[in-house]
Amino acid sequence: MAVEWLWLIPALPLLAAGVLTLLPTTAGRAASFVATGSMFLSFVFSGLAWLTTLDQGEFSRTTFDFVWFKTGTAALKIGWVLDPLTAVMLLTVSLVGSLIFLFSVGYLAREERRVTFFAHLSFFAAAMLGLVIANNLLLLFVCWELVGLASWLLIGFWFRKPEAAAAARKAFVVTHIGDMGFFVGMIWLASVAGTLQFFDAGAGCLEETVVHSLGAATILGGLALSTVITLLVLWGAMGKSGQVPLHVWLPDAMEGPTPVSALIHAAAMVAAGVYLLARLFPLLDAVPDSGSLVAVTWVGSLTAFFAALVALGQTDLKRILAWSTISQLGYMMLGLGTGGPAVAMFHLVTHAFFKALLFLGAGSVIQACGHEQDIRRLGGLRRRMPFTFGVYAIGMLALAGFPFLSGFWSKEAIFHSAQVWEVSRIPFVLAVAGALLTAVYMTRQMVYVFFGEHRNSSFQKSFSERAVVTAVPLAALACGAITLGFLGTQAFPLFQEYLEGETAVLAWGDLIGWGSLGLIALSTLLSVGGMALAWGIYRPSQFDPARQQDPLNRWFPRIFRWLENQFFLDEWYRQTVVRGTCLAGRGAEVLDRLIWGPVVRLCAALVQTVAWCSRLADEQLVNRGFDRVCRAVRQGAAWCSERQNGRVQTYIKYVGASLALVVWVLILIDRS
Amino acid sequence: MTVFEPILFMMLAPLAGGAFLWRFGREWSPERIAGIGLGIAGLVLLTGASLSVGALRDGAAFLTGSSVPWITTLNVRFGVTVDGLSLVMIWLTVLLIPAALLTASETGDRTHRFVALILFLEAGLIGVFVSPSFFQWFLFWELCLIPAYFLVRFSGSASANRAARQFLLYTLAGSVGLLLSFMALFAAVGTFDFIELAQTEDLMSRVAEGLGWETVSTGTLGLILFALAFLGVAVKVPLYPFHTWLPDTYAEAPASVSMLLTGLMSKMGFYALLRIVLPIFTDQIVQLAVWLLGLAVVSVVASALAALAQTDLRRVFAYSSINHLGHCFLGVFAVMTAGKAGLTASVNEAVTAFDGIGLQMFNHGVIAGLLFFLTGRLENRTGGERDLRSFGGLRCFVPRFATTMTIALFASLGLPGLSAFMGEFLIFKGSFFFVGWAPALAVLGLLLTAVIALEIVRRVFAGPPNQRWQDLPDLSRKEYCVVVPALLLLFLGGIWPQWLLEFINGASLDLISLLSVAP
Amino acid sequence: MDSLSDYLLLSALLFSLGLCVTLVRRHAILVLIGIELMLNAANLNFIAFWRFGPNPEALDGLLFVLFSLAVAAAEAAVGLALILAVYRRYSVTDVENIDELKG
Repeated sequence: MAVEWLWLIPALPLLAAGVLTLLPTTAGRAASFVATGSMFLSFVFSGLAWLTTLDQGEFSRTTFDFVWFKTGTAALKIGWVLDPLTAVMLLTVSLVGSLIFLFSVGYLAREERRVTFFAHLSFFAAAMLGLVIANNLLLLFVCWELVGLASWLLIGFWFRKPEAAAAARKAFVVTHIGDMGFFVGMIWLASVAGTLQFFDAGAGCLEETVVHSLGAATILGGLALSTVITLLVLWGAMGKSGQVPLHVWLPDAMEGPTPVSALIHAAAMVAAGVYLLARLFPLLDAVPDSGSLVAVTWVGSLTAFFAALVALGQTDLKRILAWSTISQLGYMMLGLGTGGPAVAMFHLVTHAFFKALLFLGAGSVIQACGHEQDIRRLGGLRRRMPFTFGVYAIGMLALAGFPFLSGFWSKEAIFHSAQVWEVSRIPFVLAVAGALLTAVYMTRQMVYVFFGEHRNSSFQKSFSERAVVTAVPLAALACGAITLGFLGTQAFPLFQEYLEGETAVLAWGDLIGWGSLGLIALSTLLSVGGMALAWGIYRPSQFDPARQQDPLNRWFPRIFRWLENQFFLDEWYRQTVVRGTCLAGRGAEVLDRLIWGPVVRLCAALVQTVAWCSRLADEQLVNRGFDRVCRAVRQGAAWCSERQNGRVQTYIKYVGASLALVVWVLILIDRS
Repeated sequence: MTVFEPILFMMLAPLAGGAFLWRFGREWSPERIAGIGLGIAGLVLLTGASLSVGALRDGAAFLTGSSVPWITTLNVRFGVTVDGLSLVMIWLTVLLIPAALLTASETGDRTHRFVALILFLEAGLIGVFVSPSFFQWFLFWELCLIPAYFLVRFSGSASANRAARQFLLYTLAGSVGLLLSFMALFAAVGTFDFIELAQTEDLMSRVAEGLGWETVSTGTLGLILFALAFLGVAVKVPLYPFHTWLPDTYAEAPASVSMLLTGLMSKMGFYALLRIVLPIFTDQIVQLAVWLLGLAVVSVVASALAALAQTDLRRVFAYSSINHLGHCFLGVFAVMTAGKAGLTASVNEAVTAFDGIGLQMFNHGVIAGLLFFLTGRLENRTGGERDLRSFGGLRCFVPRFATTMTIALFASLGLPGLSAFMGEFLIFKGSFFFVGWAPALAVLGLLLTAVIALEIVRRVFAGPPNQRWQDLPDLSRKEYCVVVPALLLLFLGGIWPQWLLEFINGASLDLISLLSVAP
Repeated sequence: MDSLSDYLLLSALLFSLGLCVTLVRRHAILVLIGIELMLNAANLNFIAFWRFGPNPEALDGLLFVLFSLAVAAAEAAVGLALILAVYRRYSVTDVENIDELKG
């Protein structure tokens, strides 16, 4: 399948989504069929694309570009790229996606808004697949945001529930905070590199020339430009992939239907952050001892450990899995920072399978137990739902890193690269501790849910775990969880070599060398030991959840309280960030009301004062003055008129006086 | 046929129609009056569409305008010049006016006045976007203001009267600044034509000579004149802190009037900045660019914050408008920090920013217009209710309305795939090249807008259904006539922005070349 | 009566007397008498200047006086006629009561 046709892969689900929005709400079965069918077709095409990349023996990367729009005399091109990274992601997303779609057909068979659900889910799939094939950072960003939109739509699917609506908003806002960093990084890259195309016959921003120039250019504090830009992009990836401190949305996102949690928050959307960093790895690695890779490693390792701790204190079935996802994403970041994209992608793929498996299994459990999600009120399902128990166990073992399952090998790779990291050993230690905790909390969850007494009263006897639409996906995912690991063992690192473009060689020597064996031993110890520890604490003969409190709670109540409440990070955010923003908002509004508004009114008052003074001057000074003058004149005239009293003698007196005056004046003048 | 006759028709037809309706409309039924008004607006729309056809076919040859002598003693001509940007603005006008008229019949027995005033406003708007010289332009600028005042106070309540008065006086104060500034220029140079003024050498020293003000230095004189002219624009668009008239006005005016105010009249102000103030006062803007840029960033962030604190839907969208238009200011001033030399050196980046501004002007007009339209329809259904807290779960009762408004809200927050993203992306991309800190800070505004949009969706449409609204009707056929084209434009702008960029690009290139060589 | 100044003094005295009479006395005829006195005082002044002037032979002083006497006579006649007319109309001789032409 040539690269020009790559667009079909996201286009099919998009078309399905479009068709589904036009269908009436009664066409549930047709909707499921269309949606699932389109995903399977996408998977087929992804397979064809993957085969294309295998055609040549060596590393193949082909691109297809076209002009989107022109500004000035330049044109902005976008397009798709087909290389091993793309192929791997496409296969993972489409396969896991198809299986989840299939599962949803059964899971949501009785949901009245099924059509809308599948429309939204298909839209998500389209956006995710579009993100994967993008050869341009802008196109990737567009699909990134659309994935966020789809996530919002799906988390808030049961919009009547206030918690779901709030969780959807939280998810979008927190990831958007990350997206803003991504956005600034993107436009920065655009302005210094002049192009956002990844691969463009040598001129792309991930190709030699640009990467070299970005690595050479430094800004404040001596940081390379590539480092700064990738740090900003990292912030975006942290949002989408739920790394601390932008992880707070993921646990709440469990409000959405379980298939949504499986697809978006296990296999696809959260993996997009890791994929983005893997794709931009040339930039991250542009300078030796790159600051961004260090940052990625630290963020990843801290998140991995922190989330594993918190998972230990959770009692909601899906939330444990959510925290587990956060933790595993931290592992992926750790792998990326220390070992490169191949290590991270390997874990991404294996994680997609076993986490989706776990979520779907959890979905079966929830539905069977009347939508009960609290593990303290579940139990004893081992015998009532044996098939689910079986596949769930496989998923759990894979996650906990039980030897020779897929999770074991992918974590192995991460340990291997973390151990030899020059900067510090602490990430390795954190990773190891996290692995132990992973085994513990997963076993804890399994024991609570599947072992012990059956504590749930609303178990639906009618629920069939053998239905094809339920069983096939679970079984397929379980197979993946078991087998996929073998693609990436130390002895035969097919996966890594495929991604990096070399031919894989079967080398048992690599496996048996001291370093590797030691690590294998360590991982086995951690996982088996952790499981044993948890079994020891939580096994049914020791601990009855119906009557006792969680042992951890009993022994370390204060620590448990911190774990249970995620170290109160949510509350801290609410008190600082949320409250701060609201205060700022109110402040801005008050500023308007009490400052700018009154300033304008002050100006108006000033003008009014001037006008008032003018009126005063006009009325009092001019008008009344004029009146007064007139009156004075009139009074004077009246007075003068009164002098004319009609008496002759008076007149003669006037004449005489005037004459005397004249004479006197003349004499005076004459004298001077 | 040149562009002169159709534009003249587009200016005169609404004037005549409005006058006719004002005089004779009292006896007719509201629907009939609205129908006539729509008919006239429709004619104008068709003329505008024919303009586009001509523009697409003949390109620049069609668009260069012509003028006839008018008042010869003052060297005033009556003319029409249209370029890509004006054409886009004219499209916005002819699209939004019929949308406002669709619901005009609800104003009852004063419908004839309402429709007439809107038609007068349309004539004024078309005139503003095509005038090549100050005299004519200012005439139309004020011609827009008077009907707008009466439209804002149409409901007759005391608060509406107060808001209208503040709107009128504040905007007039700004216009007076413009007038003074240009009278000074005219006294010195003797022409009102914008292009001529922009290309005049040593404009400020000639003004100083012409006015006989030797004591004031040329630089100071230039700054004073610029400040006066800029005041008019800053109040109109508006720019923080000259924006305090806006929330009250948008809240008190009838919804369709707010739609026109936000969609067109603010664009009118910004268009004036691009066409008039920027080319003529280039040096002063370059000098003050960093400060003005800071003001633009403050405008973006502070208005988004203030929007967050509002509970009245209208006020939220009012502050949101200030935020979006702040992006346009951001783009202009970021580019101008480079100075003329910088413009010549990096033409493509500057054009990117200006393209983004043009896109943002059109797209925001559509989006904000749609949002106010929908708010108005919501108020109409719920008897005037528009407090965010009094709704809940409306998606159950009016699903299509909810979907439309959600799409419009996501568009306003800049979701890629919808039109506003293209404008914002291009503005940010172009500005970042020249100044880094300003777009980085303005990104906060984007984030806050996202929070606001989601809050509105959550409070109004999601959550437990508020049984008070269970009988609300969904979108009516009339409303579809507005909603469907608007949504189409939203998606079209997001997926294929070239349809607008085709026209805006040319205009931006011309503007940049005018700015970079202007003396 | 040897020098000019004596005559002038006399005429001044007469004039002042006449002026006082005119201004102070209330009977109309007495006012006329006062006026006559003033005229005659002026006549005396003329004669005095003529007699003691540089050219006593020329008759200009005398002529002045003759004219003046004639005018005085005419004026007295008119004045008396006016007084009679006023008396016939208003039955009043007191000048203080003849005051209708006033403002």
